[in-house]
Amino acid sequence: MKNDITELTIKELLNSLAKKEFSSIELIDAYLKNINSFEENIKAFITLLDREEIHAKIKNLKFKIKNLSGLPFSLKDAYITQDTTTTAGSKILDGYKPKYNATVYQKLLDNGAVLIGKNSQDAWGHGSTSENTDYDIPRNPYDLNRVAGGSSGGSAAAVAANMVPFAIGEDTGGSIRNPASFCNITGLKVTYGRVSRYGAIAYASSLDTVGPMAKSVEDIAYILSIIAGKDPYDATTSPNPVPNYIENLSRDIKNKIIGVPKEFFQDGTDKEVIQKVRDALKIFEKLGANICEVSIPSIDIGVAAYYLLAPSETSSNLARYDGIRFGHSRDKFTQETMRRIMIGTYALSAGYYDAYYKKSLKARTLIINDYNNAFKKCDMLIGPVNPTPAPKFGELISDPVQLMLSDVYTLTQNIAGIPSLALPCGFTESGLPIGMQIMGKMFSEETILQAGFAYQQATDWHKRKPKL
Amino acid sequence: MDTSRLSIDLVKKIAELAKLPLDEKNFSILQKQLESSFTYINKIQSLDTSNARETSQVTGLENIFREDEVNKKRNLTQQESLSGSTAIYKGYFKVKAIFDEE
Repeated sequence: MKNDITELTIKELLNSLAKKEFSSIELIDAYLKNINSFEENIKAFITLLDREEIHAKIKNLKFKIKNLSGLPFSLKDAYITQDTTTTAGSKILDGYKPKYNATVYQKLLDNGAVLIGKNSQDAWGHGSTSENTDYDIPRNPYDLNRVAGGSSGGSAAAVAANMVPFAIGEDTGGSIRNPASFCNITGLKVTYGRVSRYGAIAYASSLDTVGPMAKSVEDIAYILSIIAGKDPYDATTSPNPVPNYIENLSRDIKNKIIGVPKEFFQDGTDKEVIQKVRDALKIFEKLGANICEVSIPSIDIGVAAYYLLAPSETSSNLARYDGIRFGHSRDKFTQETMRRIMIGTYALSAGYYDAYYKKSLKARTLIINDYNNAFKKCDMLIGPVNPTPAPKFGELISDPVQLMLSDVYTLTQNIAGIPSLALPCGFTESGLPIGMQIMGKMFSEETILQAGFAYQQATDWHKRKPKL
Repeated sequence: MDTSRLSIDLVKKIAELAKLPLDEKNFSILQKQLESSFTYINKIQSLDTSNARETSQVTGLENIFREDEVNKKRNLTQQESLSGSTAIYKGYFKVKAIFDEE
């Protein structure tokens, strides 16, 4: 057994707990020790629960029947947690204590997992760097002068710094994949409707997805098995049966066809990023997959479509924050959030609705067609997650157009609804993590997890750790 | 359609519709940011969508029903419902008046 139990995989942790090699209390304390050591620099949490409170929760667990008994985790602060402060990263909700639980949280609780904190994020999910927050900005564990990514930046930083074995993020236009890629962890954006959004504070309801962030594809499969499935409280969840993601994980990928969309390697993309993704494709070839070039021509227009669809939906979703029933007044929105609300309000207003909102819904159809056409030729697609490694603080947040373009490779999957798995595929010469994404057909999580698992069996990028 | 120039009046109108109280500083920064955002977003006008229908949701699910029964376990008590508010009067939410005296 490894000396540091916080480095174990979820499978190893559960085995060790079952064999009583260590107790849940010892495990939690090991993670809390890391939090004590690193949180001052990393700022991965908005709210941390008391040690005594966490211990009490573990003592109340009924062990044998639970799948994740005693396993600690954290949630992006976008998830409603009964009687535990939930802010979505915004002062509007400062001090807000919800009176019910998000389904994803309830499912993890029902399986014996133990919440230890709520992660920092861009307010309402509005951002790609987690700088748009009213709380402390999370820092990248690989370089404290750089962003952890966003909007689920705190969750990615917490996993990378071994503060938790896994976290739940939320992805509306890359918000799980982008920070996963910047922080050298694995993150899954699920098919729209695969995991319940009930109790997830809405950013853009037709794009929002709930997904796991962890140290490996195998860990992701464990968590997805628990959180996926139909929820009577979210009418958009799919009735499709949930496959056994764990049992089928090690199926090989021989003769699978991997499409490489040429538009994902466009000018302006960092050369080292391109090189590392190309290197990864060679590994897939060695594993028996076939590579072919495909085209997603609408990727550029996807940025414009996303920045109409998402702000339109968010202007409507955030209208509920009127400071009457809960929360504080609307002057407390950040400038970034105000801009998104105003873009959406304008795009939905009389006289502009057809030219903007309706037009973007039509663009969405064309984007879906592009992906469908590509998937006629292949089983999955691979490309980079981000055009660059993690930027320094302040590099993107001040320029709205540059901020939009930084999301170019992660927006269209949300518009189309397809799943995408982000995983580490190398480092820059300066030591910054680089991530790739494996995109699949609707509800093909099983396939992309198998491909990601095969890759992680053949490589060890995901096992590299930051020096903290 | 030229929306790359958003007049002060238009931005004021948008802020009013969105119920966002903007101070002078925020107002001038946001006006510039909205202009540059829309200069980019207007790219979408060049996209030929003449043969495309709108897609508002991606999974194609429709008519999701449930039994019309109240699940009392999920009901919040009055106290719980009011617990997030700072302006309460005799067990009710306090709101600003929306009608004039006349």
